[in-house]
Amino acid sequence: MTREEITAGLAEILEEVAGVNPEDVSEEKSFTEDLDVDSLSMVEVVVAAEEKFGVKIPDDEVQNLKTVGDAVNFILKG
Amino acid sequence: MSRRDVVVTGLGATSPLGGDVASTWDAMLAGRSGVRPLTDEWAAQLPVRIAAKVAVDPSEVLDRVRLRKLDRSEALALIAAAEAWKDAGLADAGLDTERLAVVVGSGIGGAQTLLAQDDILEASGPRRVSPHTVPMLMPNGPAAYVGLDYRAKAGVHAPTSACATGAEAMAWGLDIIRSGRADVVIAGGTEAVIHPLPIAGFASMRAMSTRNDDPERASRPWDKGRDGFVLGEGSAIVILESAEHAAARGARVHAVLAGAAMTSDGYDIVQPHPESEGGGRAMRAALRDSGLTGADIKHVNAHATSTPVGDMAEVFGVRRELGDHPVLTATKSMTGHLLGAAGALETIATVLSVRDGIIPPTINLDDPDDALTLDVAMHKARQMDVPAALNNSFGFGGHNVALIFHRA
Repeated sequence: MTREEITAGLAEILEEVAGVNPEDVSEEKSFTEDLDVDSLSMVEVVVAAEEKFGVKIPDDEVQNLKTVGDAVNFILKG
Repeated sequence: MSRRDVVVTGLGATSPLGGDVASTWDAMLAGRSGVRPLTDEWAAQLPVRIAAKVAVDPSEVLDRVRLRKLDRSEALALIAAAEAWKDAGLADAGLDTERLAVVVGSGIGGAQTLLAQDDILEASGPRRVSPHTVPMLMPNGPAAYVGLDYRAKAGVHAPTSACATGAEAMAWGLDIIRSGRADVVIAGGTEAVIHPLPIAGFASMRAMSTRNDDPERASRPWDKGRDGFVLGEGSAIVILESAEHAAARGARVHAVLAGAAMTSDGYDIVQPHPESEGGGRAMRAALRDSGLTGADIKHVNAHATSTPVGDMAEVFGVRRELGDHPVLTATKSMTGHLLGAAGALETIATVLSVRDGIIPPTINLDDPDDALTLDVAMHKARQMDVPAALNNSFGFGGHNVALIFHRA
């Protein structure tokens, strides 16, 4: 999967879970500050991303995923 | 009016009769029933297959993303609160939110969330359980979400007293303002448990009407053919405000909440006292609290749920405590029983009766019980001067609440 495909997949999840406009999603955006995803919705995003990309995102890793780019990097590593 | 007086300055509702107060009130005055057949697949196996769902589904009002974090009872409360807030003209009032409190309760709470998430737990495991589950099902969830919407900082409370909850919210709101802890209280109730488990539970108690073939005639308080209540859902919220605060900002006043009282039966967990001993004490105490006498109360919006024992017990209590002159009505004949929201929706009906001089009808009262010795506004709305009125609410657990409103 390319970085672009993962970003597009995350954008789909963010739209479904938190109503984020897919056009606003890019790698430098912070989930909480730029995209206004609250802490509980972030949990939903993580669970949905695990399913969509077939990765495991441990709870203590979630706090390091500040931006969409952080998540893309983690998913690529997984 | 003294500075301690508490007035009603905003009304909001979403009910089986309409998505707002105006449409609900119009339907009530026209004597329309909100009871319908339950056509959901899950209803087929139940002994009760009728209910009064809200006329306007929350999905038509709130956006999808907001709704997925809310129990249905919370969504309904937010819709009713928004209408009440707007009606009171508080949006641009520059309110000090440290003087704003919330009292919004529910009879059963987030049961639909609890059951739906349990289905997910069983089918897909714990990791799939929504992280929103707890704030969706906690009994203080509706009050807390309403408090968040308006940044209320003087306290957010969630009384639970089954079918007396909505009225109890008014009584607590009155206390909070009188004691000086807030200037404005968002008060009311909400309920959304039209789901097979609560219905099966109430049906097993033999508390519900099984008139499945004739839904609109199933809720029939005081009628000889009454056979239990009809479950409704919805929310009703009012804005209570100190008279001083309302006057200072030039608010329009619908009515005065002149007095309230809460008592408990100490008698049985679900059976009402046959002579309404505890209900009678609530009516008497509310009168004392209001400074009015029984003769002043021209109208009673009754709790009357269409159950064999409860309906008549209340009539005995009204007659004993207030006299034989008040004109009664039972709006549950049209709305069904909204449980924790019932007392709040009936607060709104009582306020409007006082304000507009018209009493909504009790429909389906075709063959009155022989013990019904008081005048009821049967079949048709009755226009009459209502300077003061009383609203009763009683709940499983032996909770009794009486509220008294008088004209502004």
